[in-house]
Amino acid sequence: MTDKIPVTVLTGYLGAGKTTLLNRILTEQHGKKYAVIVNEFGEIGIDNELVVGADEEVFEMNNGCICCTVRGDLIRILDGLMKRKGKFDAIIVETTGLADPAPVAQTFFMDQDVSDTARLDAVVTVADAKWLSDRLKDAPEAKNQIAFADVIILNKTDLVTPEELDAVEARIRAINPYAKLHRTQNCAIPIAEVLDRKAFDLDRIIELEPDFLEEGHHHHHDEDMQSISVRVDGEVDPEKFMPWISNLTQVEGPNILRCKGIVAFPNEPKRFVFQGVHMILDGDVQGDWKPGEKRDSKVVFIGRDLNEKAITEGFLACAV
Amino acid sequence: MTAGTAPSLTQNIVPVAAGAHVTALGWLKDTVAFGLGDGGVVLAREGETHRVEAHPDAGVLVGLSDGERFLTGGDDGRVAVTGADGSTKTLAETKGAWIDSLALSGNGAFAYGAGKRVVARDDRGREKILDVLTTARGLAFAPKGYRLAIAHYNGVTLWFPNVEAKPEGLKWKGSHLDVTWSPDARFVVTSMQENALHGWRLVPDKGHMRMSGYPSKTRSLSWSHDGKWLATSGAEAAIVWPFESKEGPMGKAPRECGVRPAKVSRVAFHPNAYVLAVGYEDGCILLIRLADASELLVRPATKESGITAMAWDKAGRHLAFGCEDGRAGILALP
Repeated sequence: MTDKIPVTVLTGYLGAGKTTLLNRILTEQHGKKYAVIVNEFGEIGIDNELVVGADEEVFEMNNGCICCTVRGDLIRILDGLMKRKGKFDAIIVETTGLADPAPVAQTFFMDQDVSDTARLDAVVTVADAKWLSDRLKDAPEAKNQIAFADVIILNKTDLVTPEELDAVEARIRAINPYAKLHRTQNCAIPIAEVLDRKAFDLDRIIELEPDFLEEGHHHHHDEDMQSISVRVDGEVDPEKFMPWISNLTQVEGPNILRCKGIVAFPNEPKRFVFQGVHMILDGDVQGDWKPGEKRDSKVVFIGRDLNEKAITEGFLACAV
Repeated sequence: MTAGTAPSLTQNIVPVAAGAHVTALGWLKDTVAFGLGDGGVVLAREGETHRVEAHPDAGVLVGLSDGERFLTGGDDGRVAVTGADGSTKTLAETKGAWIDSLALSGNGAFAYGAGKRVVARDDRGREKILDVLTTARGLAFAPKGYRLAIAHYNGVTLWFPNVEAKPEGLKWKGSHLDVTWSPDARFVVTSMQENALHGWRLVPDKGHMRMSGYPSKTRSLSWSHDGKWLATSGAEAAIVWPFESKEGPMGKAPRECGVRPAKVSRVAFHPNAYVLAVGYEDGCILLIRLADASELLVRPATKESGITAMAWDKAGRHLAFGCEDGRAGILALP
C-alpha cells in the first residue's frame, strides 16, 4: 500500500476568505500538485489544473445512528480521483460557508474505501475578524466550523481595532481553545501552518498541542458551545474508562463535535491516545511515557449543551 | 483448495501493457478496448496494441461496450465512443460534471448521468432528460424495452424515457451505488454504501430483498447467462446468490466461491456456462466452476496490481482483465 493521500478540509463562513487562502496555497511555489474539490463548480476563480465540482450531498448511513452522516459526493469523487493517482500529491476540499464540517470529517472514518486511500489531515477554518462575532450569534454553522477546527485563520484583522480583535479571539477561544490560531490579512500565512498538519494522527496529538497537558482545568464558556477538559492526577482503570468513553460518545455523540484525550493505564508503558468526531472514536496506545514523566490522564470535549458535571464526575470515577 | 494448488491457465495469457489504471474494458468483436485513468483507450488485438486519446488530459471513469462500440465517460464531462478501428468521437458533452455512470441497451440506446441529471438517447437520437433528487449513480437498461433504472440516495427510479408517465420510485433508505436488472427483468438489485445489496421483486409484489454481511462495498455484479445466479464482489470470496425461484434469494444462503485471504474486486460470469471469473484486490484471478467449486488459476497474486476490470468475449473463449497498475491481459481458453 502506498502512502495515503492527505486531505485538507477548508471551511469558513461566506466571505471570510476561503478562496483567497485556497489560491494562496495553489500559487505558492511548493512543487506540489493539488486536486481541489470545490462546491458550485466554475463560479469562483481557482487557478488549478485539477478542480472538481461537488454537490455537498450529506447522506445518513443506514445504521440507526442519526449523526453518522457522510458526504456521498466526496466518496464518489475520491473514488474517481484515485484512478488518477500520481497526478496530484494532496487534496483540498473547500466546503460552502453553510456546511457542517462533521460529515466531511466522518467520511474519512466511516467509508473504508476512502480511509484505505486517503487520510484527513486537518480542518482549517477561515474566520472573518469583523463579522465572526455576529455570525456566532446568528449562524450555528459558523460556530460548528470554529468548534471543529484544527487550524483557525482569523482573517481581515486590518478591518478591526486591536480591542475588537482581542474580543473576537476570546470568542473563538471560548468555543475552541485547542486549535492553532493565526491572525492574518489577506490570508497571508506560511503554507506549512495550513497543510500537512496531521491533526487526526494519534501520534501527533501531543506534538500538535504543546499546551495541551498544561492547560489546567480552567475552561471557557460560550452560550451553548463549550469545551470541557478534565484531568485525572494519575492513571485510570481501562476497565472503567473504555466503557465510559464508549457509552458517553454513543449517548452524547450528536452533541460532541470533537474529543481528544491522552490517558495513562496501569502497567502500560505507552500512552493511550484517542480522538473522535461525534460518535466515531479512534484510539490506540501510542508512544512511550518518558522516564520521569508524570503519568496523568486528560480528556477534552468540544460540543453543544454538554453536561459538564456528569462528564467530569464520570471521568474522575475512572481513576485508579 | 487454494490458489496456489489450483491447476493453472497462466500460460494461456497474452499480456497487454495498458499503461495506466484500467477503469473499464469491453470487447469489440475480437478486439479488447481498455479504458484508462489517464484518459486513453488502448485497443488490443492479436498481440498488437493501439492507443486512442479518447479523453485527452482527463480520465476514463466508466466504460461499456455493446460489442460494436466502446463508450466511455470521463472527468472532462464527455461521453466518447471509440471503435475497434481506432476512431473516436464525442457522443455527448456536459459542462463541468463528471460522467461516471453509463448504460447501454442492446438496441443502440445509451444513457449517462451528470450530477443529478440523467440523459437518455434512443437509437434514433431522440434525447430525453430526467432530473433526480440526488446524484445519479448506477444506471442500467431493462433487458427488454426502453426503460432505465437509476440508482441514487434512498432508492431507485425506473424511467421510460419515451413515455410521458411519471417515473416509478423504488424506495429504500440509504445510498444506492450500482444497479442491475436480472436477465428476466423480474428483479432490480443495487449495491449500497452500507456494504449490502438491496433488491426489489418487480413481479408480482414489489417485495424487498436484503442481502447483507459483506465486509466492504460491492462494486461488481454479474448474472449467470440464465439469470439463475447473481455473483458479487466485496467479500473474501465471490458471493453468489440464487435467483432461480420467483422469491429470489430470500431465506437461502449464497454460495461462496474462491475463498482467499483477499477481497474480490471483480466478478464476471461466463456467457453460456456456470463458470465464474473472480478477480481479487491482490491481483489474483480464478475461474470457478459452480457445479463442483473446482478452481483454475488464471493469474497469481501480483503486488499492487489489483483487478479493476474484467469481461468475457461474446463466445466465452477469451477473458480480458485490467489492473490498477496498468497491467492487463487476455486469457484464451484452451
